[in-house]
Amino acid sequence: MNKNIIQIKGVKKSYKDVEVLKGVDFEVEQGGIFALLGSNGAGKTTMIKIMATLLKADAGSIVINGFDIEKNHGGIRGSISLTGQFAAIDEILTGRENIQMIAKLRHLENPNAVAEELINRFGMSEAADRRVGTYSGGMKRRIDIAMSLVGNPKIIFLDEPTTGLDPEARLEVWKIVKELSSAGTTVFLTTQHLEEAEQLANKIAILHGGKIIALDTLERLKKLFPPAKIEYVEKQPTLEEIFLTIIGKKGGEINGIYK
Amino acid sequence: MESTNKYFFKDMSVMFGRSMRHIFRSMDTIITVSITPIAFMLLFVYVFGGAIETGTENYIDYLLPGIMLMTIGSGIAYVAYRLFMDKQRGILERFHSMPIARSTVLWGHVLTSLISNGISIVVIILVALLMGFRSSAGILEWLAVFGILGVFTLALTWVAVIAGLAAKTPDGAGAFAYPIIFLPFVSSAFVPTDTMPSAVRVFAEKQPVTPIVEAIRNLLSNQPVGSEIWTALAWCIVIIVVAYIFAMRIYKKL
Repeated sequence: MNKNIIQIKGVKKSYKDVEVLKGVDFEVEQGGIFALLGSNGAGKTTMIKIMATLLKADAGSIVINGFDIEKNHGGIRGSISLTGQFAAIDEILTGRENIQMIAKLRHLENPNAVAEELINRFGMSEAADRRVGTYSGGMKRRIDIAMSLVGNPKIIFLDEPTTGLDPEARLEVWKIVKELSSAGTTVFLTTQHLEEAEQLANKIAILHGGKIIALDTLERLKKLFPPAKIEYVEKQPTLEEIFLTIIGKKGGEINGIYK
Repeated sequence: MESTNKYFFKDMSVMFGRSMRHIFRSMDTIITVSITPIAFMLLFVYVFGGAIETGTENYIDYLLPGIMLMTIGSGIAYVAYRLFMDKQRGILERFHSMPIARSTVLWGHVLTSLISNGISIVVIILVALLMGFRSSAGILEWLAVFGILGVFTLALTWVAVIAGLAAKTPDGAGAFAYPIIFLPFVSSAFVPTDTMPSAVRVFAEKQPVTPIVEAIRNLLSNQPVGSEIWTALAWCIVIIVVAYIFAMRIYKKL
């Protein structure tokens, strides 16, 4: 049973005179990774904020996990979790306290145990009792995502989860996202990096000029556009590959990060 | 629409616990808040005090209520600052996308403001005691003093909430407090108003700081408190109601 957990129809939103979303339609299947691709200022963040009940759309209908946004904010908020573009963490608290705080706000039975479990799962036991202010960008992102997983929400919104991260941290985030999806969580992410969408998503929507101009699986999108040509090119290692080789951690085998 | 009200107090206590941790992990804010008023207290008592005729034996007894208000004025600048940082860092957005009662976020900051200003006031009183402040007030009078200060703090805190939510920069968030810190100067807090030019005197006697200062001064010296205490409280309550309405209006639009 693959019912669509997110149903968006005709969503419009303007800021003053600027119409950012001009009738956005799309549906997201349960359990997959859905990427909303678009350039800077295309309205990706606006779309995510509308779905996360932070902004009100001017028109259109939004149903998430069976809850209509017009009637039931609470139901939607209970089903989703938002990881914004900038790590929204309390820097004065420790990583553990941040997770505990979210667990308490989600009214879970045992916030301390929830925090302990997530800290272990994210391989952060050493850093957990230090203040978040001392963390690196990648660690902040990890804690940020860990906070979003508290209470096992059905849908996770990740707004440009890897923007501003170094290549190593970006691979970590990708790995986390893949694991989440294989555990059954629906992941909705925005990105401006084509490679990211290509790596992660099983459905890709392209937001351009205020509308979704393409929505399909990567394979079918590839078929739609210029046919594959065969060229012979000497493949030089990218700087990213060089960087990762030198520091001894090649994609996917990041040791000690995750289980 | 909100099915979250049954958790109101629970959520609020989480918010409160969070911002109290901020206070206790940055005790320097308490010190920063108290330093300016303490400096003024030293300056006025040991430099100007001898030349000021107040009709009281001990100038510091006259001065302390105004210093207390100044302390609260500088303390609430941090409320605006902390709220602004929450807004800027995206923590407010995280909270708002969760199934919690929205206003508890603000109430957490407001309660914390009451407690942290209370701590600063105690610090100020201890320093004043070292400097020779003595009071004949009993328990009830002290409770009344803290009650008035609490209501005053609450009023200014809601003003600070507006500043924190509306600010565009961290400096802007705290800047609104400067006029409040200096309001006691144009009141009867440091010198009696009789010698001021008439226009200034009218302002000094009518503005909210004067009745609050005088009510506290009378309580601390065990004098009968006249109607000024009600004027003082009425001022505070008007400010609370107006500032609360504005703050909530801005907050809903975030």
